[in-house]
Amino acid sequence: MSDITANTAVPHQAGAERRQPPVATTGIVAWARMNLFSSWINTAVTLALGYLVVRWTIGFVDWAFLNAIWSVPVVNGQAQTQACREIKGVGACWAVVTEKHRFILFGTYPYEEHWRPLLVCVLFVALYIVSALRRFWNWRLIPIWVGTLTAIGILMWGGVFGLTYVPQERWGGLPITLILSTFGLAFAFPLAVLVALGRRSKLPAIKTLCVLYVELIRGVPLISLLFMASVMFPLFLPEGMNIDKLLRAQVAITLFAGAYLAEVVRAGLQTLPRGQYEAADALGLSYWQKTGFIILPQALRLVIPPLVNTFIGFFKDTSLVLIIGIFDLLTAGKTAIVEPAWQGFGIEVYITIGLIYLVFCFAMSKYSQDLERELNRHRRR
Amino acid sequence: MSETIETEAQIASAMRTDAPPAIVLEGVNKWFGALHVLRDVNLSVATGERVVVCGPSGSGKSTLIRCINRLETHQEGKILVDGIELSDDLRSLDAIRREVGMVFQSFNLFPHLTILENCTLAPIWVRRMPKKEAEELAMEYLTRVRIPEQAKKYPGQLSGGQQQRVAIARALCMKPKIMLFDEPTSALDPEMIKEVLDTMVMLASTGMTMICVTHEMGFARQVADRVVFMDRGEIVESGEPESLFSDPKTDRLKLFLSQILRGH
Repeated sequence: MSDITANTAVPHQAGAERRQPPVATTGIVAWARMNLFSSWINTAVTLALGYLVVRWTIGFVDWAFLNAIWSVPVVNGQAQTQACREIKGVGACWAVVTEKHRFILFGTYPYEEHWRPLLVCVLFVALYIVSALRRFWNWRLIPIWVGTLTAIGILMWGGVFGLTYVPQERWGGLPITLILSTFGLAFAFPLAVLVALGRRSKLPAIKTLCVLYVELIRGVPLISLLFMASVMFPLFLPEGMNIDKLLRAQVAITLFAGAYLAEVVRAGLQTLPRGQYEAADALGLSYWQKTGFIILPQALRLVIPPLVNTFIGFFKDTSLVLIIGIFDLLTAGKTAIVEPAWQGFGIEVYITIGLIYLVFCFAMSKYSQDLERELNRHRRR
Repeated sequence: MSETIETEAQIASAMRTDAPPAIVLEGVNKWFGALHVLRDVNLSVATGERVVVCGPSGSGKSTLIRCINRLETHQEGKILVDGIELSDDLRSLDAIRREVGMVFQSFNLFPHLTILENCTLAPIWVRRMPKKEAEELAMEYLTRVRIPEQAKKYPGQLSGGQQQRVAIARALCMKPKIMLFDEPTSALDPEMIKEVLDTMVMLASTGMTMICVTHEMGFARQVADRVVFMDRGEIVESGEPESLFSDPKTDRLKLFLSQILRGH
C-alpha cells in the first residue's frame, strides 16, 4: 500500500511527460464549447448574437423597470401625464395601466358594479380548473357548467336578486373575451364532432349537408362572417324582432370554429384502423355506443395537439369582434388610450393585454401537453 | 388423446342431427364491384358443429364468414343465423350479432381500454349486465384462456398470442351461440400459434358451434366435424377432415393440399 503511494506521489519525475486532463464532454462549459464555439464562424455568430441579446435585455429592463413611472397624480379627474411624456422612449409609463386597468378589464360596465364582471372572470377560471381535473370527468360536469354559466349570465345582466340591470351594450373587456371563447368552443366542439361523424356517414343527405357546411364556412373569412351576423342578418328578421348583437357574433364564431374543429376531428377518425369499427360491430354495439366508447375516445386523443392549436387560435380570434363594435379585451384596451391625456401610451397597454392572452394560452398549451401524456399512457409498453 | 376427442365429437354430432341448423346459407352471391367473390354458396352448419373453412388466399373464405355477422353484405341469396334471416332490418342484425362472436386475424382489441374493460364493455352495454356480474364473468373467461393476471393491463402490453386469447375471451363474454374465427393464428409468431390453438381446442370441447377459417390442418384434423374447401368464391369440396385430406376428389384441392403440405 505505502509502496504504491510512494510511486504515484512523484509527479515531476524527469522524463515523465505532463499530460493535460481530457477535455470535458459534459457540463455547461462542454455544451457551450460543442454548440456555440465549435468553429470560428460559430464563435463570431455567438458573440454577435450574445451582444445583441445583452444590449436588448439591458435596454428593456431600463425601459420597463428602472426608468418606468408607475403612477401619476390626478388633479380634478385629469391625469397629469407630463412626467410620462418627458421620459417617453426612455422609460415605460405603467401609470396608464395603473390608471386604466379597470376600463381595460371591464370596458364600459358601470364602475360601481365592477365586482360583478370580476366575479364572472373568477367563475370562468374556476370553471376551467374544475373541467381540467380528470376526477370531475363524469356527468357531474354538466350541472357544474350549466350552473356556472347561469350564474355568469345573472351576474352580467342583473335585473334579479337586487342586482341592477346592465344592458349588453355596456359589457366589455375580459368577460367578453372569456364569454365569446368559452361559449364558442363549448358549443363548437360537440358540433364539430357531429359534423365530422356526419361527413363519414353513409346517408347521402347528412353527408352532403356536413360537407357543404364545412366548405362554405371554411371558405369565408371570419371577419365577413361577423359582418354578415351583425349587419346583414338583422335585415332578414321580421320588423320589431331583434337578436342580441353579442349573441349573433357568438353564433358566427361558434359556426366558424365548428367547421375548423370538425376537420381536426375527422382527421382523428380517419387514423383509426377499420378493425376497431368491425370489432365493435361484431360485439353488437350500437352506432352511438361504438362511437362513444370505441371510436371517439381513440380519435380525440390522437388529435389533442391540433385541437388545442385550434382552441388557442380561436381564443385570440375573438378579438376580431372589434370590427362590429363589441368591446372585448383588446378593443377595451384600444379605447382606454383614446383619451387625450393617455394618447401615445399604446405599447404599455398592448404589452399588458398581450400578457393576459399569454397567460390563458400558455395554460391551455401546458395543460394539453400533460393531458396528452396522461391519456396516451396505454400506448407505452 | 385425439382419438377420444374425435369419437366424442362424432357422438355429439350424431345426437345433434335433429336440432335446427345454427347457420344456413342458400345460394349466396356477392360481388366486390365486378369481382365475383362468392358464387352460389350453399352451406348448413348444425348446432354444435365445428367447421373449418380452408382454401387459397382470395378464395372468398373470409368474406364468407364475414357475411354471417354482416360485416359484409351479400347481394343475392339467403343467410339464416339461429333461425333469423339477415337483412337490412337493424333489429334482427342486433339480435344476430349478440349471438355470434368473432375473432379476427389482427385481434382488434380496443387499445385504450384495459383487458378487463375490453371484456366487459359489450356485456354491460349490449346485454345490460350489471357491472359486477360482467367483471366476474370476464375474469372467469380470462382464467379459462389462462391470462387472469393480465386483467388490469392494456392490450399493447401483451404478446400477440395473449392478445388473441383475450380477443377470444372478449367474444365469449357475450355468451354467443356461434363463434367465427377469421384466420386467428395467421398474424402470430410460430411459438404463439399453439397457445391460441389450444384455447380453441378447449372451446371446441365445450360443444360451441364454430366456423374457423384457418390453414392449421392439424387443428382441422383434431377438432373439425367437417372441412370445407373453397376456391375462387365457391365451395369445391367438403367432408370429414380425414377423408378429405387423404382422398381429395378434385384437382384444385389436390393442388392446394400439396402447397400447404410443402409449406409445413
